[in-house]
Amino acid sequence: MKNHRRFVVTGAAMTALLAIAACSGGGGGTTPSGSQSSSAAAEPVTINVHTFGGGENFGYDEAVKTWNAQHPNIQIKYTNLTDRFEDVYLPQLLQRLQAGAGAGDVVGIDEGAMGLMAARPQFFTDLGQYGLESRKADFPAAKWEAGLNADGKLFALGTDMGGMTMCYRKDLFKKAGLPTDREEVGKLWPDWNAFLETGKKFEAAKTGAKFMDGPNTIYNVILFQEAPKNGNLSYFDKNNQLVIESNPAVKTSFDWVTTFSKAGLTAKLQAWSPAWDKAIKGGGFATMGCPSWMLGVIEGKAGPSNKGNWDVAAVPGGTGNWGGSWLAVPKQTKHPKEAAEVVNYLTGKEGHIAAFKEAGAFPSSLPAQQDPEVANLKNAYFNDAPTGQIFSESVKNLQPVFFGEKHAQVKTAVEKVIEGMDQGAVKYDEAWSKFVAAGVKAAG
Amino acid sequence: MTIQLAPPPRKAPGRRTAPSRRMARFDLKGVPYLLVSPYYLLFAIFGVFPLGYTLWVSLHDWELAGDTEFTGLANYGELITDESFWNAVVNTLGMFVVATVPQIVLALLLANALNKRLRGRLLLRLGVLLPLVTSVVAVAVVFSQLYSRDYGLFNWILSWFGVDPITWQNEKWSSWIAISTMIDWRWTGYNAIILLAAMQTIPRDLYEAAAIDGASARTQFWRITVPMLRPTIVFVVFISTIGGLTLFAEPVMFEGNPMMTGGTTGQYQTVAMFIVKSAFRDFEMGYAAAAAWLLFVLILLGTMINYWFTRRIGGAK
Repeated sequence: MKNHRRFVVTGAAMTALLAIAACSGGGGGTTPSGSQSSSAAAEPVTINVHTFGGGENFGYDEAVKTWNAQHPNIQIKYTNLTDRFEDVYLPQLLQRLQAGAGAGDVVGIDEGAMGLMAARPQFFTDLGQYGLESRKADFPAAKWEAGLNADGKLFALGTDMGGMTMCYRKDLFKKAGLPTDREEVGKLWPDWNAFLETGKKFEAAKTGAKFMDGPNTIYNVILFQEAPKNGNLSYFDKNNQLVIESNPAVKTSFDWVTTFSKAGLTAKLQAWSPAWDKAIKGGGFATMGCPSWMLGVIEGKAGPSNKGNWDVAAVPGGTGNWGGSWLAVPKQTKHPKEAAEVVNYLTGKEGHIAAFKEAGAFPSSLPAQQDPEVANLKNAYFNDAPTGQIFSESVKNLQPVFFGEKHAQVKTAVEKVIEGMDQGAVKYDEAWSKFVAAGVKAAG
Repeated sequence: MTIQLAPPPRKAPGRRTAPSRRMARFDLKGVPYLLVSPYYLLFAIFGVFPLGYTLWVSLHDWELAGDTEFTGLANYGELITDESFWNAVVNTLGMFVVATVPQIVLALLLANALNKRLRGRLLLRLGVLLPLVTSVVAVAVVFSQLYSRDYGLFNWILSWFGVDPITWQNEKWSSWIAISTMIDWRWTGYNAIILLAAMQTIPRDLYEAAAIDGASARTQFWRITVPMLRPTIVFVVFISTIGGLTLFAEPVMFEGNPMMTGGTTGQYQTVAMFIVKSAFRDFEMGYAAAAAWLLFVLILLGTMINYWFTRRIGGAK
């Protein structure tokens, strides 16, 4: 075991050395070692940053390149482990945390698992001891507070946030005789009722495609709009008690999905499945609820041949936030100080802006949001949509949504019922009771 | 190259020292154990230890990267009243029957056919084995596409007969059939080859004698071939039982989105999937460990029942 460790460390050091050699070999880069954060590291260390996500995922390629050129002593090795969070990344991370080895020096955590991680303070470095408490003013309260764990210590800093828009296929809208301009499309659906009516019109045009992908993307969009109206809760209250049955936010979202499904507007696809991927690419459906990170997913899955076919409009029903991630430093890291510096950089203004440009991941950092580079940014893939402005609008006055420790499990269980209802395996009139039962069971 | 100048000193015959006698004894008694020991060492580390440790974990409320608390048999108690566990058991057994029965019958018939004098016999025999060299996951991925609702081959063929597209994942029967075909496609040939090998050890004169007595080919098959194959059939059934009861890769790939729920209402969730779901989706390691032990017991029972059943094939002697 010991030998093995030494080997890994030497390997890491070698990698760092090689990286430096590569840097200085390039010749062009000026290497300012004066930057206040890098001066501390005496020996070159490699900081492994592990993330997840499909398409462009965290969008750190450019940010990492910039950092590595400026910090010969702290080299970031950025690895996106998988495109799947709940079933691949999260179980793996938990096992590595328990084993005490194998996790990255900096790890990405999705919003759904933040409750779970906050309940396990023993595994994470207190970032406060490296002075990151000072970052509080940079984040909206919602984003900051989710990064505090059960001991009240700061363990994670926010990366992106979702915001909320509606993506649509321009070519299919044209085929159905609907407007295609994003302003006009936004006006088609001020609320969900209007959205339903538009959907019926779309279906009546018989384009061969369905109006929306499946039940669960739209379900999440509505749930995250409704939660702030109901005490900022989704499945759990702040004492970690399941409120799935009593929280009107859940019932309202469920009812809307049932309505859409009964009206035959969904393509009955399971999100994140190969068939769903195929339909994004092949034009199997016309609209999809789009938090900012979904733009990166669509671009990645639809591919260059679909450039310009997808566009972004305002979402029915007002502001909301779905998703977003955090970066944390596991306690097992050998370089907590340097890892904290990397977290500080990637969640800082510069890191946020680079990620937004690369993956469309909308910054949760307030200074980054106000930066003209973000506010004025357009997304070339989506017909030069002013995504900076659209997403800024969508997160105005955003309220935090609370996540319980078992949020991810309950979410998976109840969404399966919705999927079953949409596909016909669960009868409509039995769906709600099964939905509640599945949630109760998953909450244990 | 060197030239040997002096012959090597030869031991005087009949002069055996005590150590060398001990060596010889060791050579005789010890070395065989030494030679087989790597397997048993590996088995101890990767087989026995996990088995014991799983038992230990199953007696706890053991959360992955969380709290652990000794709860005795509570997990087992909860499991045997858990509807979704029994649903997984029924699915596993159901798919085992749907997959294995046609598979063995088909393998037997196939072996019998390949045992005849055919042109290109070697090629045919190799061809039967070919599906086995493909990876399970690749087979499952391809079959899942064939069974896909929107662009799948099977739905396209069915559409010729006016059948509406079937969502194969949606019902128990359709998902079981889909998964069983994946299993059978891969394993029928393998079983056929094993049965064929056994068939070739049956003495020809038995058939000749039967033919002289006027037994038809069919009678020969049921009265000579099948009874003579009994030990091999028992073996094949055992292997299929173990494979069938630990069924995992095919239904997981068939699900498309590996949350291990085996369909929206667990239409095709197997016990193996139930275990992985408990451990790595719900992070209840203790509960998963208990389910793993129950699966072990289930396989033991299944194998025993099969043994009893296959002993009866062709009339017990």
